[in-house]
Amino acid sequence: MAESAYSFSLTTFSPSGKLVQIEHALNAVNQGATSLGIKARDGVVIATEKKLPSVLVDKDSVKKIVQLTPEIGVIYSGMGPDSRILVRKARKAAQTYFMTYNERIPVAQLVREVATVMQEFTQSGGVRPFGVSLLIAGYDSHGPQLYQADPSGTFFAWKASAIGKNMTDAKEFLEKRYAEDMLLEDAIGAALLTLKEGFEGAMDEDNIEVGIVGKDHEFRCLSKSEIKDYLEEIL
Amino acid sequence: MSISTYNGAAIIAMSGKDCVAIGCDLRLGIQNQTLATDFKKVYKIHDRLYLGLAGLATDALTLNQRFQFKHNMYKLREERNMKPATFAHMVSKTLYEKRFGPYFVEPVIAGIDDDGTPYITGMDSLGAMETSKDFMVAGTAPNSLWGVCESFYRPNLGADDLFETISQCLLSGVDRDALSGWGAVVYVIAKDKSFVRTLKGRMD
Repeated sequence: MAESAYSFSLTTFSPSGKLVQIEHALNAVNQGATSLGIKARDGVVIATEKKLPSVLVDKDSVKKIVQLTPEIGVIYSGMGPDSRILVRKARKAAQTYFMTYNERIPVAQLVREVATVMQEFTQSGGVRPFGVSLLIAGYDSHGPQLYQADPSGTFFAWKASAIGKNMTDAKEFLEKRYAEDMLLEDAIGAALLTLKEGFEGAMDEDNIEVGIVGKDHEFRCLSKSEIKDYLEEIL
Repeated sequence: MSISTYNGAAIIAMSGKDCVAIGCDLRLGIQNQTLATDFKKVYKIHDRLYLGLAGLATDALTLNQRFQFKHNMYKLREERNMKPATFAHMVSKTLYEKRFGPYFVEPVIAGIDDDGTPYITGMDSLGAMETSKDFMVAGTAPNSLWGVCESFYRPNLGADDLFETISQCLLSGVDRDALSGWGAVVYVIAKDKSFVRTLKGRMD
């Protein structure tokens, strides 16, 4: 890398002090499918729209929610291929932690690892920033947690958040819907309602994905029939 | 001559009811020549976790520094102390990383969890862990230490009784070993009261 004539970082300060490459990356995120997450008292739910380029694509082959550890799952908005790099690095970091301490990595630690990678890609030579924001949901010894990590490498813990297209509207909706004493079941309903707000076309179990983690510390994706049941409940 | 008996050491850890104790002798020698009688082989990791390192003293000192460093970094990262089991796995991994050029030490780890549950474990110089419910010994007098521990140990001892038991085991055990002894120090770790006492032993 270092010997290449283009191994300087593409992310350079503009005279006004902005890093426009990062702002462009955020634009890529804002064009991606809407994803959102809600932290309840007894768990976390993350949900996303599964938008496919053509009706000819086999829907079942696309999985947008992935698991990082048994108790942590992640969802992205933005560029799918970029997210896979982060998922691979996050899984490796989680396994390294487990190999060292024989203990599952705390959510905050894993988020910090991933965010560090995202930051490195804003300062290293020969690379560009990631075109994704992540919502990371987990349940560890510190309780249920929801984090958001952005292309710049900043990360925050949220009670509820949304990323991608319509994130401003979705966040406003979440602000109205969110309650401190919410249970996971209510949060799933609220997540689906929020997703439905900005949804183009009819929302059904085929074009959304939902992941939950509850008191059992086991992160899992809801099956189609489960999603269908929840949808019938709220509609 | 074995390098692991170059300096001499005797370490015992014992678990009681919501408490653990770990003790070591105080001798530092070069083979049969005694150099010091105030050489502690048990190191504090935090208030509820102690690490004993028997074997080659130079390696023990270096390893203690590495573990202090690693625990400090962990505390800054995670804003909490390591649990005894977590620390033990980290020690084991650190030793196995040097599988083909090992540190010549036998670690013994004793601590209590946040809820007071005792945890003691020992391992060989490559990091093969053996977690025990009752006691663990290491050093140049393992056979005599095992023997006294097996006969004196009782489960669910309180902190004071545990101190008495481990102290008697340590003092009796090292009497049969020329490379360890010359006094001892015992740490008792309990949820509410922890203490350390230095024991006088035979000086011959």
